[in-house]
Parts: sequence; C-alpha cells; structure tokens
Amino acid sequence: MSEVLAGSITAFGECAVRVELGTGIEESVFHRVAAFTEALQAHPFAGLIESVPAFTTVTVFYDPVRVAEACFFKKTPYHAVAAHLQHLLQTLQQAEHRPAETVEIPVCYGGAHGPDLEEVARLNGLTPDEVIEIHAGGEYLVYMIGFAPGFPYLGGLSDRIAAPRRAEPRLRIPVGSVGIAGQQTGVYPMETPGGWQLIGRTPLTLFRPDRNPPSLLQAGHIVRFRPITEREFAAWEEESR
Amino acid sequence: MSLQVIKPGLLTTLQDLGRYGFQRYGVMAGGAMDSFALRTANLLVGNVQGEAALEITLQGPTLRAETDLLAAVCGGHLAPTLDGEPVPEWQSFPMKAGSVLQFGYAKFGCRAYLAVAGGFHVPDVLASKSTFVRGKMGGFEGRALQAGDRLPCGHVRMDRDEQAEADSALATANGVATQAHANGTDIREKTVSPTIAKPNDFTSRHFAALPRNRFISWELFPDYSNEPVIRVTRGQQYDAFDAESRERLWAETFQVTPQSDRMGYRIEGPPLQLVAPLEMISEAVTFGTVQVPPGGNPIVLLADRQTTGGYPKIAQVAAVDLPVLAQLKPGDRLRFTEITVEEAQRLYLERERGLQMLQRALTL
Repeated sequence: MSEVLAGSITAFGECAVRVELGTGIEESVFHRVAAFTEALQAHPFAGLIESVPAFTTVTVFYDPVRVAEACFFKKTPYHAVAAHLQHLLQTLQQAEHRPAETVEIPVCYGGAHGPDLEEVARLNGLTPDEVIEIHAGGEYLVYMIGFAPGFPYLGGLSDRIAAPRRAEPRLRIPVGSVGIAGQQTGVYPMETPGGWQLIGRTPLTLFRPDRNPPSLLQAGHIVRFRPITEREFAAWEEESR
Repeated sequence: MSLQVIKPGLLTTLQDLGRYGFQRYGVMAGGAMDSFALRTANLLVGNVQGEAALEITLQGPTLRAETDLLAAVCGGHLAPTLDGEPVPEWQSFPMKAGSVLQFGYAKFGCRAYLAVAGGFHVPDVLASKSTFVRGKMGGFEGRALQAGDRLPCGHVRMDRDEQAEADSALATANGVATQAHANGTDIREKTVSPTIAKPNDFTSRHFAALPRNRFISWELFPDYSNEPVIRVTRGQQYDAFDAESRERLWAETFQVTPQSDRMGYRIEGPPLQLVAPLEMISEAVTFGTVQVPPGGNPIVLLADRQTTGGYPKIAQVAAVDLPVLAQLKPGDRLRFTEITVEEAQRLYLERERGLQMLQRALTL
C-alpha cells in the first residue's frame, strides 16, 4: 500500500519546525514518522541541525543564519524551511515496510533486581512467573527515544500486566531497571528518580556515550526480553567490567 | 598550562554551545545558559565563539593561574578580582602565572563566563565539551569543579617568544579595530564610545556589567535586566488555554522560584489553565519552551532540558532573549510579550550579524 504522506507544518519558535504526521500513538503513524525522518536524512537542506522524531511528530531544528544565506535572504528562514519540508511531504510516499532489526535484552526478573514484580502480579491477579512469561513473550516496537539518554518508549505491553505508577516514586532507580507504568514498559538507561514499577533489571548498557550512535536502541527497533538468572546477571556484569 | 581550583564556587562547569545531533537518542543539548556571554568571552580572547568556557553560577570560584593566560569574563556580575584588584568585564585581561582570580556573589545576573585564550583542554564527548552533570559526562570529568582540580587550558606549547608575538598581535588587532572605529566604518555606527552617556532606559535595574570594551556596541547587547520583559512566540497549544489564562500570560508578572536550575525555571504567577484537559503525546521540546503542568505554574525549559516533553506548550522564548532569561535568579520577576516568528527571526539574524561584526573587529 502506498499512500501520500499527509502532515501539517508549524513554526516552533524561530529555530525549529514541527511536522505533525498523525494524532495517535499507532504503528501506522510511527511508519509515517519514520518515512519522513528518512526522507529528510536523504534530502537535507543547508542549515539543518538535526531532527527529533517522536510518536506523532518530527521536530526539525535549523540555523536561521545558514538557511537565510542559502536562499540569499529572499525568504524568511522559516518559510524556506517550511517549503522544503512541504515538498518532502508532497513528493514522498510511504516507505516500504522493511524487516525491523530485533534487539534482545536479557533481564533478571524479580528479587532485588525487580522489587515490584510481586506487586504487579498481585494487581493483575497473576503469579510472578506468569508476569515474566507475558512480559518476555511480547514483542515491543521502539516508538521513540527520549526523556533520558537512550530511554526507549516501547509499544506493545499486554493489558494483562499493566500497572499504575507507584504512589511514592523512588529517589534512586538503578541503571538497567526494567519497569512498567500504565500501558508502558521501559528500561532506565541511567540512574534516576522515578515512579515506575520495577520488575527486573538488565546488565546491558543502553547508553554508551563513547559510541555513535550512543543509544543501543533506536526508533523502529523491535525489542524482546529474555529472562536470565541472577547468576547470569552477575557474570554478565563481571564480564563487561 | 592550567588553572588550579582553590575554591570551586556553587556550580562551576565547563560549557560550550551544546551537544547537537544526538537529541534523537535522548541526549540533551546542554551548553551555556547565556550563549551570548560565552561567545563574546571567547571572541575577546581570540577563540572561536563556541570554545568551551567556565560557566560560573551565583557564588563564584577562586582560581589560580599556573601559567600566563589571556582571559575574559562576560555575563553576570560576580565581582571578579585579580590579586585583589577588580577585573574589567567584557574585555580581555592578562593573568600572570601565580595570580589569583576570585569571584564573589552575583550582584547582577546569575552566571558569568570565563574564557581563556586557547580554550580548555578536555575531551569531546559526543561532539561537545559541555558538562552534563546528571549524566556524569562531558566537561571536566563529567562534573562541576571541585577544590584541587587542575584544568588544562590555554595555548599548548607557547614559549616566551610566541607569547610576546601573541601579545603584540592582540595589541595590533586592538589598534586596527580602533582605527576602523576612527575611520567611521559600520563598526563605529554600532559602537558607543565610553564617553557617551548610557541610554536613558539603562537604569540601575539593568545589570551594570557595562561593556567598557569599545568594540561591543550597546545595540548588540541582550536587554539584560532583573525585571525583563521576555519576548515569546505562541506555543503549539496556546489556543488550548482559556481566554483568561491567555490574557494573564501577557498581562501578569511571574516570579522565578527557588526550584529553578539549568534544566528549567519554575515560575510562579496566576495559574494558567486549559479550556479542557488535553491528551498530550510526548514530543521534542527546546531551549526556551514554556510548558504548563496541571498545577498551572509554567516551567521554562533551559539548557539542560530533556529532549522530549508532554506538557502543553503555551509559548516559546525568542532566542535573542534566552541570555536575558538565563541571567535571572530565584526571586527575580519577569513578564512576557508576544512577537511573531518573523520578528523573532529578524532579531536573531540581527544579533548574529552583530556578533559577526564583533568577531571581524577583533580579528582584523
């Protein structure tokens, strides 16, 4: 199916433009966002700084000086950028669905690494093992990276293990913690405060500032969680030290 | 070549113009809060504008030069002294080996920038030397300065002859720029000589860190003030706020609360409310985004903002007024006034042209 990309372009201050490609958190919208992001990477304009894809939008950051120089000051920078992006929207079609890259994340569920596993089970009338089975049995689409370096917003959590945020947020959540908040699941790439229910922890490093890209996960990846034992977790940590 | 930290000050970090190109991976941009002061300080010592410099916050550090350095302090007025003598701000000055540069408490503004010729030598992390304290990365060992730190800086391998050469080159540059001034080029028109009286609206409320350097024109300066009127464009959800709230945004005075830092300023005023609850979906935010959480008191996002946010955005601060905002401290009051995106871009281009001219004047 090839559909023309529809989108609306608005100014976001004088150094950015917001392109909206849908209104809900849906896979179809995700694919439009991805297609537009790729199109812009293939057809950048002079003065483009970077673009930040999110659930329904792509925000395009630019340098007004370079844009103005490139169009010989004939247009305002905003209008020049908007025209370029409008052209991309009109001439581009939905990208072919390519097989997504799958990233497996080993998780040690429960115990000290997942102090809220039993609570999540109790809230859903399940046993802890059932929660693990459901969580590790799912496939999760990385919609976007944001909030913190390398933090993935994942779609695809089963309703059966959804759980509200903790009433009392923790002041310190260990790096690598895997949590649930409402209909979302995610992995904390760095130590932060937070209110998610923690069901496990991965020894994998999600954010690696010495690498490019610095984030292990990227929008469009498929994530699968694989249960590991506490001993495997310890061995993994030992190895990466 | 280094600066030794005797006292670190409240929050002294290395910053440049920020870490761009990685926001899609959740890496916040960071960088100097007052980029105008950082860029100017660098230009005054002959660096490229985006070189890393020390951002000094509220209560400044005491630093000892371990070698001869050329330095400049711009931004907020933290009463710097060199071996007990007041240091001229917004212009370069030499620091002899062994001399002690001491900053006090912020009398005007909130942050000062110390640049040294040759810059600070720390590794780039993701294409920037900016310190991201929460992420423990970038800058000097990923953290704010501590007593005992020795910051490598200055021109690497500059012997006495080279130093003399550099000094004389700088003197020549100053002379040439003065010449340009006397010859009546553009620079002169954009320059106010020290003998000309201050513009009338430049009251004591404004900060008094006056540009005594004749190469920096009044017009180029941000409208630094501790009671500023900040120019903003409408935010994406502006129309979703009720009529009363929209009116309050333009009419009322807001106050910077103590819950304010490099990540954002929480400002307090009459609450701003939506017409009806909105289901917000996270998306990119930027420097100067004014977002409103359900409590109704806005948060202005600043240098260390997260890359994405999910609160309604009522306004976006014009880039030319970000330095003014960055110099506010808790307790300061501000108001907002609306401008169009076109006007914001015109002001932006004008500011950049001014900085280009300053650069030319200093490097001729």
